Amino acid sequence: MTPQELAERALAASTTDGCVALVRTSAAANLRWAGNTLTTNGVMHSTSVTVIAVAGASVGSVTRTATTADEAVDVVRAAEALARAADPAPDAQPLVAPDADDATWGDIPADTGIEVHAGVVEDLRAAFDVARADGYDLYGYAEHTADTTYVASSTGLRRRHAQPGGVLELTGRADGGARSAWAGQQLRTGADSDIAGLAADVRRRLEWSRRRVDLPPGRHETVLPPTAVADLMLYLLYAASGLDAHEGRTVFSARGGGTRVGESLTPLALTLRSDPSLRGWESAPFVVASASGRTLSVFDNGLPIGPTDWIRDGRLATLITSRAEATTTALPVAPAPGNVVLSGPGDASVDDLVAATSRGLLPTCLWYIREVDPQTLLLTGLTRDGVFVVEGGEVIGVTRNFRFNESPVDLLARCVEVGAAVPTMPREFGESTAATLMPPMRVPDFNMSSVSDAS
Amino acid sequence: MIDESWRVGAGSTRLPGVAHDIDGAFLDLPLAALADAALSRAAELGAEHADIRVERLASARLTMRDAAVESSERTDHSGFGVRVIVDGAWGFAAATELMPDAVAAAAARAVDVARVTARACTERIELAPEPAYGEVRWVSAYDVDPLDVPEAEQVELLGGWSRRLLSADEVAHVDVELSAVRENKFYADLAGTSAIQQRVRVHPSVTAVWVDDSGGFESMATLAPPAGRGFEYLTGTGWDWDGELAELPSHLGEKAAAPTVEAGSYDLVIDPTNLWLTIHESVAHATELDRALGYEANYAGTSWATFDGLGTTRFGSPAMNVTGDRVTPHGLSTVGYDDEGVAAQQWDVVRDGILVGYQLDRRTAALKGFDRSNGCAFADGPGRMPIQRMPNVSLQPDLSGPDTAGLIAGVERGIYAVGDKSWSIDMQRFNFQFTAQRFYLIRGGQLAGQLRDVAYQGSGPTFWGSLEAVGGPSTYLLAGAFNCGKGQPSQVAPVSHGCPSALFRGVRILNTRQESGR
Repeated sequence: MTPQELAERALAASTTDGCVALVRTSAAANLRWAGNTLTTNGVMHSTSVTVIAVAGASVGSVTRTATTADEAVDVVRAAEALARAADPAPDAQPLVAPDADDATWGDIPADTGIEVHAGVVEDLRAAFDVARADGYDLYGYAEHTADTTYVASSTGLRRRHAQPGGVLELTGRADGGARSAWAGQQLRTGADSDIAGLAADVRRRLEWSRRRVDLPPGRHETVLPPTAVADLMLYLLYAASGLDAHEGRTVFSARGGGTRVGESLTPLALTLRSDPSLRGWESAPFVVASASGRTLSVFDNGLPIGPTDWIRDGRLATLITSRAEATTTALPVAPAPGNVVLSGPGDASVDDLVAATSRGLLPTCLWYIREVDPQTLLLTGLTRDGVFVVEGGEVIGVTRNFRFNESPVDLLARCVEVGAAVPTMPREFGESTAATLMPPMRVPDFNMSSVSDAS
Repeated sequence: MIDESWRVGAGSTRLPGVAHDIDGAFLDLPLAALADAALSRAAELGAEHADIRVERLASARLTMRDAAVESSERTDHSGFGVRVIVDGAWGFAAATELMPDAVAAAAARAVDVARVTARACTERIELAPEPAYGEVRWVSAYDVDPLDVPEAEQVELLGGWSRRLLSADEVAHVDVELSAVRENKFYADLAGTSAIQQRVRVHPSVTAVWVDDSGGFESMATLAPPAGRGFEYLTGTGWDWDGELAELPSHLGEKAAAPTVEAGSYDLVIDPTNLWLTIHESVAHATELDRALGYEANYAGTSWATFDGLGTTRFGSPAMNVTGDRVTPHGLSTVGYDDEGVAAQQWDVVRDGILVGYQLDRRTAALKGFDRSNGCAFADGPGRMPIQRMPNVSLQPDLSGPDTAGLIAGVERGIYAVGDKSWSIDMQRFNFQFTAQRFYLIRGGQLAGQLRDVAYQGSGPTFWGSLEAVGGPSTYLLAGAFNCGKGQPSQVAPVSHGCPSALFRGVRILNTRQESGR
């Protein structure tokens, strides 16, 4: 059966007060390599059906692999049984009504296959040859995904969204791993893959790593590259639950109650924005939720998502809020985003910021970031695959990696310069995240807490 | 310690606890026909090796916020994955239609993948040998399948816990989460093994939150680890929930009022509720052979414990003895056979402080000349290719060692860490930083109240070199996690770690408020 037929069959079988059917198809093709040879490679396809049954104010949600009409009906029956036995849901709202025809509803699911990487395989062969000749090894990963979501509701709503995605990553290691470099790229199509560009970046960084410079831990002026800023801003957004802030338990809670919405977070005119229609980095223009949770409600399935400023001109503009939470918190409805852009007054590149640095650090990326203290959103993590020492506007060598302890909220308050936002792959969040366009950021006193012996 | 009396071998295996049959709906699938279609198609197309896994993962996740259901979701994912070696290269294809035509088509796609990628393969894939076991079945040890428990019963139990906690003055909010999984796997390969397995696991967690009108807040979570048990784990088997919930508000209140720590060097007694995670990050990940050989260099990282040091590298003090296994009852990594058809085993990883063993799959075992894999291949679902994943990796107690109070008694100025919280470690498993649910000051061999804003930092070999003593068997706890991440595409694996309390000398303690510049 087609996804549309599965959705319609589920709705037709519904016997409760309301029903939402989500049919999701997923296709992925990936390559992985290590030590200048491909290792584990594969293609995956799947189809699942989620039924959200509403009985009065109660709800039940069941997701199953389903490809036949009988299986779709079984999902409906299971969800209805849960709904009928459940207490009223605290996030109960009327199901979303259709607001416009979705011209793509009848389209088939997006697909991908191993052939999308044929060019990558050939480019890798060449890159492996160069690496062998130059005495280093390449490691990495290429993934292309094509996910399609169909949302159908008993209100008549029909929405479809096809989301292409992917990543390309390249790590180079030399001298038995004593020198290491990384470069990464978010993808939308396989044709975007730029092995040659990433390989050139990795080679440049490995060359920078030939000279070692010992530096102690402490607070250093640091040029954070876009990938690092992306990871930090994603952590900030993950802590941006309107309800949690309203209840007094996040960094965005105001003393004495309420939230910090409206408060200045940074002296720079920075804007953190999401927009499903962002050209080239489009994301789902409506809510998709198989289960409720912080910031998410199954009753909001199909709710349109518009452009949202999370930070506007340096001030906290809003927090992630479902329809039900909006009534509790008095915040506007603001669904979780599918992309995020941090922009400011600057247009400089990483190289421009380095050229304007008299003495500082340039990390390649951040890794293993975890929350230490939710009150300040203090995060810990490490630099990875090269921390370069900048003097007189030039990279003069590499120092050891550091563990950092920093809060992205504090960094916004202390940063003194940002450059132009560019598409970037957040190393920590990797392939399973929102698209990010981030600038490089200069922080005068980034807290490198201790040295790591990892190289 | 590990009971080996029920070690898995050929034939059917029963574990302690209530005997369960494999789920009937899974057995009703045309498993033999699917295997025949996939393996014969792969062989026709020239595969040197082929295997198929058919999996069904049924899971339930319930979250409650202040005694009301916040989220409830039941998922049931089925599908299959076919893995081949063609021309010395891996190929893999997965899909969800459990029909012979579909698996045969997937086998052909897997062969295509191998042929496309073989052009950039310079290393021929070989697998270490493993006996063929014929048709075998295995079921984990549990009493009540958690997926069979009605949600209303779960809500009543967890809501009751929430209301108890909310009645305490110290508690403003209560978050509860319960995750439960029933995992069915069918594995078959060209060599002749055909294994059907079933296991369940549960992870209940309760967090109490204190909120101060002036803008401060604190939280404290229960220490109960996830377990390879059924719903009986929530009703008195394997954990004292009543006892822990009764003490949680006073622990939280004490933490909220505790003095901030003075940063510096302290002796550290670590409770097994915290130490398991330090073992996971700094020992278990460091002894994965695929990491040590660089296969995770782009993602999870490598290891300081390189292969050339096997048998000679000093990993820690002589008090350190670590085992790997896939046989511990209720262990989250416990199976009968791994996802390459290798029978479950137990082995030494660190003996008297020396690195003596790695975690292997058939690929890495062959690469480094081992006679056999020790059975650490795992895929987290039908749509993922098996990679080397973590077995239960456990620090062994000192059979004549002291209890936790005895370890504390040997510390003049120190800190006692209880319960895991924040964790982070570098990509070679050197530099780590952990926090805990509770930190206590130790003064003159006695606990002297909780401290706030504490984190401990260390570097793997130095930290384990500072291990002075481990506790006795009475301090031993099997803990673990559902969500160990590794691999690209990323996979999560459940894993357990057993350990006693332990005493480390001269550990760096941070004040996290100072770290944030306040």
